[in-house]
Amino acid sequence: MKSNGIFAKLSRFVEGESLTEDDLRLGGDKPEVPDTDSPENRWLTSVQDTELPVYTRVELWFSRKGLEVFNNVYRVAAVIICLTLIGVLLSVVVFLPPFGSPDNPAVNEVVARYISKAIEETGTVNAVSGMISAYRGFDTLGEAHVLFTAACSVIILLRVDPSARRHGRLSENVGKDMEFEPNGDIILRQAAKLLVPMAFIFGLYVILNGTSSPGGGFSGGALIGAGLILNSVAFGFRRTERFFNEEVYHIVKTTCLTIYALLMAYFIYMGANGLDNHIWLGIPGNIISGGIILPINVAVGFEVACTLYCFYTLFRKGGM
Amino acid sequence: MELVQNFPFITIVFSLTCGVFCAVFHGNGAKRLCIAWLTASFLMSAATLAYTLQSGEYYIYYMGRWSAPWGNEIRVGVLEALMATFFSGVMLCSILGGMSHIFEDCDAEKTNLYFTMISLLMSSLFALIYTNDLFTAYVFVEINTMASCALVMLKSSGATLVATTRYLIMSLLGSGLFLLGVVTLYGITGHLLMEDIGREVREIFREGTYSLPLTVIIGLFSVGLAVKSALFPFHSWLPDAHSNATSASSAVLSGLVLKGYIIVLIKIIYRIFGFEIIVSERMEDFLFVFGILAMVLGSVAALRERDLKRMLAYSSVAQVGYIYVGIGLNTEAGMAAACIQIIAHAITKPMLFCAAGGFMQVSGGSKAMADMRGAGRRDPLGGVAFTVGAMSMIGIPFFAGFVTKFHLAEGALTSTTPRMVIAVAALIISTILNAMYYIPAVFNIFSPRTDGKFADVRIQPRFDYTFAMTAFIIANICFGSFSRFFVDAIREGLGMFGI
Repeated sequence: MKSNGIFAKLSRFVEGESLTEDDLRLGGDKPEVPDTDSPENRWLTSVQDTELPVYTRVELWFSRKGLEVFNNVYRVAAVIICLTLIGVLLSVVVFLPPFGSPDNPAVNEVVARYISKAIEETGTVNAVSGMISAYRGFDTLGEAHVLFTAACSVIILLRVDPSARRHGRLSENVGKDMEFEPNGDIILRQAAKLLVPMAFIFGLYVILNGTSSPGGGFSGGALIGAGLILNSVAFGFRRTERFFNEEVYHIVKTTCLTIYALLMAYFIYMGANGLDNHIWLGIPGNIISGGIILPINVAVGFEVACTLYCFYTLFRKGGM
Repeated sequence: MELVQNFPFITIVFSLTCGVFCAVFHGNGAKRLCIAWLTASFLMSAATLAYTLQSGEYYIYYMGRWSAPWGNEIRVGVLEALMATFFSGVMLCSILGGMSHIFEDCDAEKTNLYFTMISLLMSSLFALIYTNDLFTAYVFVEINTMASCALVMLKSSGATLVATTRYLIMSLLGSGLFLLGVVTLYGITGHLLMEDIGREVREIFREGTYSLPLTVIIGLFSVGLAVKSALFPFHSWLPDAHSNATSASSAVLSGLVLKGYIIVLIKIIYRIFGFEIIVSERMEDFLFVFGILAMVLGSVAALRERDLKRMLAYSSVAQVGYIYVGIGLNTEAGMAAACIQIIAHAITKPMLFCAAGGFMQVSGGSKAMADMRGAGRRDPLGGVAFTVGAMSMIGIPFFAGFVTKFHLAEGALTSTTPRMVIAVAALIISTILNAMYYIPAVFNIFSPRTDGKFADVRIQPRFDYTFAMTAFIIANICFGSFSRFFVDAIREGLGMFGI
């Protein structure tokens, strides 16, 4: 039998031998774990436990009962922690300033300026649009790239390589959803014929009027994305791929994000260096107004539509 | 405003755009673009560092036409520029060091997305370093979370998927807690800009209103960021995620991603709450105790591992503990030690992970210590780098890790008595434990093999691997030997870091 002293283990480890589970115990020699199943040893569990060294008893207890106890404790602890967190957060809400009260800390000079000067400084009637795209445009640039990151992550996770399918490297059933998709439901088709163009037009309307009425890139883009999804549900992917396939997706997405980043970079560069940015703010209330906000809304809108449709197709059939 | 002052903003925004372009190129094109941009970012960050060192004060950069409470802004000082320089340099070298594995481990048509994620990650790290606005920090924390999960997931295997799921859940929990903290803090102060929040918070603290929300907010921030930076009781996601990913990902995640969140935490401590509130709410004690536990128990866990990359991952848990102990010491010297440790660990751990990647390549792809026997002879440069890294981790003088340990001990000795004793004792125990698992690993790697396995295997000389390893070794020894310059820069940076 191999020596089990800590130096012997070290030398064996230096020799490169992989150590077994028993060797990793810090307690030196391997404890004799009684085989409780064999009849001659069954008495060990009841009789000899008190005579064994303490650490052996602890280890025995962990190997026999530990997992079970751990699972129970885990469940109870999870419930307790959740309840505590809920309780703490609710009690915090009690202490927070009341919602909508005029003397809230949040009603300060920042909000006052957004409301009183947004039309003059950003050229948009919709102060929310002015705030997210112009005043805090850098955050929104980050937010648009959060969507991009999410879309790329889903592509990494779910995209099935078409060539892998062709060469038979994947099992038969992967990627066959396309052939099994339910097609030809007449009610759905007729409804979609009516709804899809309306969804597209309404989406464009929301995007373009983001400067003068509630709306903007994110909400309008979601409408267009919903239209694309409805189209592919009703008429199948092949009909949708005639005008929107992976290539179009990449082109639209890259163009939108690049234009957005370049516009924002120009805006920030000019603003930070105290230069005049020569952006015409337009007449507040018109469609063409708000300076950089309108192109930003358009870019964000198409990006959001692409992302939504991309999620749908990837979860549905693993590709565009 | 001078041209060089624009560089931080350029590195943030165009790293995002670089990521977008990488997504449409093929693997090799994306690789070239990403490396070129990382090099440019490194040079620009270095120029910013030189500028801030020369001018000796921080500057505010408006992200748009409007000044801070209305628009966004970033704030650039010596410490920020120093971190950005090291982070972009380490990112570049990690990618170069693990380049061959990236192309082996990722699916051929998804390799470009690897570089997309690297660019997005770099952008979010820059933004976390420079931002002066809590909500901007949150937005880029989101990008950081998703990109780092994707970096684990890109090596497609069952183990990485399980690790990613666990990582994603824990990381989102951390983001959620952080967001709750931001929202509540906005509710009671009405600001998102760090200085303005700081002013309001001091007022609130003096008046004694909202004392419960303030305590809960501090708890949410510390727990949220501690989960994301794998402080001891919340570290369970780390070993799987860091050991199963491809070696460049392990290097980046371990060396940089964890530190991004800690920088946000240091900003919150310095610019929002200030030492007075932190001490009275006992946040320092929390961080100190768990930091001490991480230092010791992380090393104990590493001692039990017989898988090289898991051992390195557990060692990261211990090293993150050093950072938190530095923060928890509650002195200027302790905070300086924490910042030194951020940089020292960022240049050491990626080197170890890249070397481990090289060893795996010459050991039939196995991560087990037994198979790595003699790997240092089959991959001599990796062996040298691993030895340097191990020396640094143990804390031998003239290597980076020594600088941390020296300044941490110095910070501990200027602290109050119980903390001094505990910190110094933990430092000694942790150093001994580090030696106990790094020295056998070095011996193992250089021992000759007797069983004749992998006898003919030699590493293929690759320019990128050689370059990255050499750069890491030089950086480590420079940081260890000429630490005075860096320590002075960090002290100066911390001086202008607060309000």
